[in-house]
Amino acid sequence: MIPAEFRYERVSTVDEALARLAEHGDDAKVLAGGHSLLPLMKLRLAAPEYLVDIGPVDELRYVRLDGDEVVIGALSRYSDLEQDPVLRKHAPLLAHVSGEVGDRQVRHRGTLGGSLVHADSAADLPAVVLASDGVLVARGPSGERRIRASEFFLGPFTTPLEPDELLTEVRLPRQTGLGWGFEKFTRRAIDWAMVGVAVVGGKVGLVNMGGVPLRAPATEAALASGASIVDAAALAADGTNPPDEPHATAEYRRHLARVLTRRALTQAAARS
Amino acid sequence: MKVSIEVNGRPVAEEVPDRTLLVHFLRDTAGFTGTNIGCDTTSCGACTVLLDGESVKSCTVLAAQADGHAVTTVEGLSDPDGELHPVQRAFREQHGLQCGFCTPGMIMASVSLLADNPKPTRDEIRAGLEGNLCRCTGYHNIVSSVMDASGQEVDW
Repeated sequence: MIPAEFRYERVSTVDEALARLAEHGDDAKVLAGGHSLLPLMKLRLAAPEYLVDIGPVDELRYVRLDGDEVVIGALSRYSDLEQDPVLRKHAPLLAHVSGEVGDRQVRHRGTLGGSLVHADSAADLPAVVLASDGVLVARGPSGERRIRASEFFLGPFTTPLEPDELLTEVRLPRQTGLGWGFEKFTRRAIDWAMVGVAVVGGKVGLVNMGGVPLRAPATEAALASGASIVDAAALAADGTNPPDEPHATAEYRRHLARVLTRRALTQAAARS
Repeated sequence: MKVSIEVNGRPVAEEVPDRTLLVHFLRDTAGFTGTNIGCDTTSCGACTVLLDGESVKSCTVLAAQADGHAVTTVEGLSDPDGELHPVQRAFREQHGLQCGFCTPGMIMASVSLLADNPKPTRDEIRAGLEGNLCRCTGYHNIVSSVMDASGQEVDW
């Protein structure tokens, strides 16, 4: 399988990327690690006229502290993040889950920014950034804007980014010392999660429990008012409308969400 | 576009269509057919090669993305005088293959794993090779091969 024809353009700075995107508009897609986009293009589910390869844009590869936030360049790869000492200390949930995405080969290519803008509710990292109260930074022709993760995932594969905007950075509040946990249930080792649960400091993010990554507000409220882990986890699927398909019914997914939330909260309690 | 990749230490430069996948460049342009195409969907790992020393699935990388970089395929592992790489030798000695189709990818993934973790446990090997599927061996002897290649006792 090969993708439909396209024009390949490589850029090495953010400014150069923005110039190409402004020029091509809707006809261009940004290529980062390519591990969401290229499979779609090979299946001809996507056929952009131009690919703007931001692979060499080194200015988007970093993890550092900025006041009470951890800031991460959008082009940081999973394999960078899982080992990054700053991330492991101050946002350990994201570091850990980065090491759980796909397999080693995938983690050598896939990027944090790529996963977020692809906005697949079955992906692990969007739920992590959502549970972390993350903020996404985008640059476009009129400058920079910040979008809360809670306002970023609009629908399946849909974000508020305009065709001429580029996600450049992810900012997370420091989670130093907070308890965290992550659980996902997959049919085979490298599959997408049937359901996943990310927990940090009493916040709960759900993978693949709807068209977008979700929080579990009933569970969070119960925890905040002193409920036990078992009682709070029993509410994890409240208000969700998970996909109903041959591999897992909606009811089975709700069951998984409750069980995995209990396990992830238990992990978090042990770490706090 | 013109793509230049150092393949197994030798520069290969060729004009190819922009949409050329790295695996096709390696097989059809550079002539290194040791890299197999299995699932063609980033799942099975048969097409695994090293890109700047790191394992990648070459069916999901554009040749253009590897332009200016270095790629190692299974043909690039052995010494010029033909002596097998320790991982190749171990796969042979421990019967780490049956039909052999997954083997080039399995070996390249193992080389990458050992570069990051020179003395992995059997469990770490299984986890480290989760991106490579083998339909023959049940993986047992593959794990033994990597144990052997890393200089550890092959302890069942």
